[in-house]
Amino acid sequence: MSTALAEIEALPPVHYLNVSYGWRSWLFTTDHKRIAWLYLAAITFFFFVGGMAATLMRLNLIEPQGALVEPSTYNKLFTLHGLIMIFFFLAPSIPAVLGNFLIPLMIGARDVAFPRLNLLSWYIFMLGGFVFLYCTLSGGVDTGWTFYTPLSTTYANSNVMSAAMGVFISGFSSILTGLNFIVTIHKMRAPGLTWFRLPLFLWSIYATSVIFILAMPVIAMTMVLLMLERFLHVGIFDPALGGDPILFQHLFWFFGHPEVYVLVLPAMGVVSELIATFSRKRVFGYGFVAFSSVAIAFLSFLVWGHHMFVSGQSIYAGLIFSAFSFMVAIPSAIKVFNWTATLYKGSISYDTPMLYALGFIGLFTMGGLTGLFLASIAIDVHVHDTYFLVAHFHFIMVGGAVMGYLGGIHYWWPKMTGRMYPEGWARLAALLVFTGFILTFGPQFILGYLGMPRRYAVYPPEFQVLNVMSSAGASILAIGYVIPLIYLIWSARYGPIAGPNPWGAKGLEWTTASPPPTENFEVIPIVTEEAYAYGKR
Amino acid sequence: MSPESSVNFSQASSWAAQWQHLFYFLMGIFVFFSVLIFGLIFFFAIKYRRRSKDEIPPQIEGNLALEIIWTVIPAGLCVVMFVWASGLFFRNSRPPAASNEIFVIGQQWMWKVQHPEGIQEIDELHVPVGVPIKLTMTSQDVIHDFGIPAFRIKKDVLPGQYTSEWFTATKTGRFHLFCDQYCGTGHSAMIGWVIVMTTTDYARWLSGGVASRSMSDVGAELYVRYGCDTCHSRGKGPPFAGLYGSFVKLTTGQTVIVDDAYIRNYILTPSSQRVVGYAPVMPTFQGQLEEEQILQLTAYIKSLAKTESQGREAAKQ
Repeated sequence: MSTALAEIEALPPVHYLNVSYGWRSWLFTTDHKRIAWLYLAAITFFFFVGGMAATLMRLNLIEPQGALVEPSTYNKLFTLHGLIMIFFFLAPSIPAVLGNFLIPLMIGARDVAFPRLNLLSWYIFMLGGFVFLYCTLSGGVDTGWTFYTPLSTTYANSNVMSAAMGVFISGFSSILTGLNFIVTIHKMRAPGLTWFRLPLFLWSIYATSVIFILAMPVIAMTMVLLMLERFLHVGIFDPALGGDPILFQHLFWFFGHPEVYVLVLPAMGVVSELIATFSRKRVFGYGFVAFSSVAIAFLSFLVWGHHMFVSGQSIYAGLIFSAFSFMVAIPSAIKVFNWTATLYKGSISYDTPMLYALGFIGLFTMGGLTGLFLASIAIDVHVHDTYFLVAHFHFIMVGGAVMGYLGGIHYWWPKMTGRMYPEGWARLAALLVFTGFILTFGPQFILGYLGMPRRYAVYPPEFQVLNVMSSAGASILAIGYVIPLIYLIWSARYGPIAGPNPWGAKGLEWTTASPPPTENFEVIPIVTEEAYAYGKR
Repeated sequence: MSPESSVNFSQASSWAAQWQHLFYFLMGIFVFFSVLIFGLIFFFAIKYRRRSKDEIPPQIEGNLALEIIWTVIPAGLCVVMFVWASGLFFRNSRPPAASNEIFVIGQQWMWKVQHPEGIQEIDELHVPVGVPIKLTMTSQDVIHDFGIPAFRIKKDVLPGQYTSEWFTATKTGRFHLFCDQYCGTGHSAMIGWVIVMTTTDYARWLSGGVASRSMSDVGAELYVRYGCDTCHSRGKGPPFAGLYGSFVKLTTGQTVIVDDAYIRNYILTPSSQRVVGYAPVMPTFQGQLEEEQILQLTAYIKSLAKTESQGREAAKQ
């Protein structure tokens, strides 16, 4: 069942999971590995809440007149889905779970630079999450996750204040996490671990952390301005109060587009690791893959205006934002080509993490190529704000970021728990996720091309067939997500013992025990070789 | 009228045909690279599958020539796409001078359409085929978006300012119109129909409607009802004859052209753009006039420019 290379043995007698017991040992821990588990528990909860909202939406759209709920409820569902998935699942997913767990292990350190700040970040995240849950339970919010003004500030009758407050608070968690990671990667690398020996995952996480620090303060400020206008009627965005509604969109997307790359860059890092391990090769063109992450982080701050091509912004501004949007496609293309070239003459195994990685490359390629349609300002005039856009960003966010996250969770699961997951079930789930995904979002491209607008609770009957296909796909996707939840929990207790390096992978995290001791390494390792040195034995 | 059972997505405007060509080009790129990447992944994954547990494949660092090739080719294609798409957009960004102007007001959750001849419609837009139509649009409340898939166009409809879009319909028929910008509870009900008619049918439709007065006639009545005449007909404020389309000097030192946007701003926030030579006595009409009424007053002012000989460069529409 398992392809583990290591012979079956016992777990190490003392490791970070059994070193202490009781809720205090978890809620007051400063061990980066335990904090990763705190995040994992929280975001898994949020993922299934957001997923429930998506399920209800897809059920509702089976009928043109709405099969399930009133439009007002439907509007709250897609707002809930968007806000939860963006701010309370995807943003912390790979950085806060895998990043927290792996950064010190990958650089040969005993913890992150600021362990207590790390724990504080989790508490801030949870506070933001609880405020948002309060918002939801007390009636919800119906502005869309984008909070466009003056709808959100003057006209919406739902709980905008608490939703904005939840987003405002959770942003600080990301800022502190980013700060922590940057300092850790700069200052705590083991002797000999130079920048160009770093695993590519760390280059991605570094680029992500930079975006956290630069973009999150902007959304915090924007939310404050929004709350000021809504609560105190200070005229900022509403023209009736002397404001400018487009100003909000500038501020929001100056944060929002870098944020999109925050979600997918870490997944790109994970995929680089998976491709290397499961083809037993150094990543082709290491330097190009590393610097493309940095280039994406930089360019991501220059493309926000492509969200406003049809907002009436100046033609010339539109053209410049279009040009930058095309530019950001190039480092993404470089990554895809280098990953594909890594497979050439490799020794490729079909373990579950690799299935997710290969799925990522294919779906991200399609997501990226459809992004070119939206960057083409003339084409955008028709497909803007339609299901074409919805399908495009779900290819990036779900086909990309979620696939990368699931691949990473499976890959490092033996390191986190010391035990293997059941490979057969895992492959089945990966297959269901892939087919369910294609069936859910493929038809949405056609719906958007035909003009169906996004965020429609009811729709003209001629769009029904494609909507039913999409909903059918979503049900397969949902099963594909529930299966891993069950077998991963099962395997944490009953899975076969993994041993320190079940995949035969390179990287410092595989040189220590599984699960690792609290201090990660008995002796701080000294690095003498580049990353992915599979040629050397 | 019963809803159509199939999607009416025919290319029904002059822009739609040009849009479609670019779309097919992009589809070509999409298909080529998707097939390439999926094909390579499947091919490599099968050909180079792991054959023994201890297999160590040859290590390849990278290849500068390949890196340059797969940077330069996508970059070149991006330049082609950018130039094509931007050129197309730029050439079509301004409506032809001879466009017919129709006014659209969005409001939660309906579309109000006002023809200059006076006919008003709700959630429907009747237009003649083969004639360039310019829509001047504004919103009474939140941001909406006026999109017509068969014409491949859309544009946000903003509160507090005018936006515009234009098209020349090339086919008669009924086509969907959608609000594409999420605008609250009834967003998905903010839909309607564009009805493209032959020019003779359109002329008949215009004259056959409920007896109505043109926008400028209604504007003339508002001019008196709201007391505008007490200043503007007696020299305290600028007279309207020949005003539209002319240039005025503001107390801020700027010189601006009197157009729809200027008139709207002046009526609502006169203090921000006082004209040199007149006492600052104009009150604001914020909250007193509906967007439609502002459009009607504008039409009235515009009509005076046309009739007077001074308004030569006026009425660019």
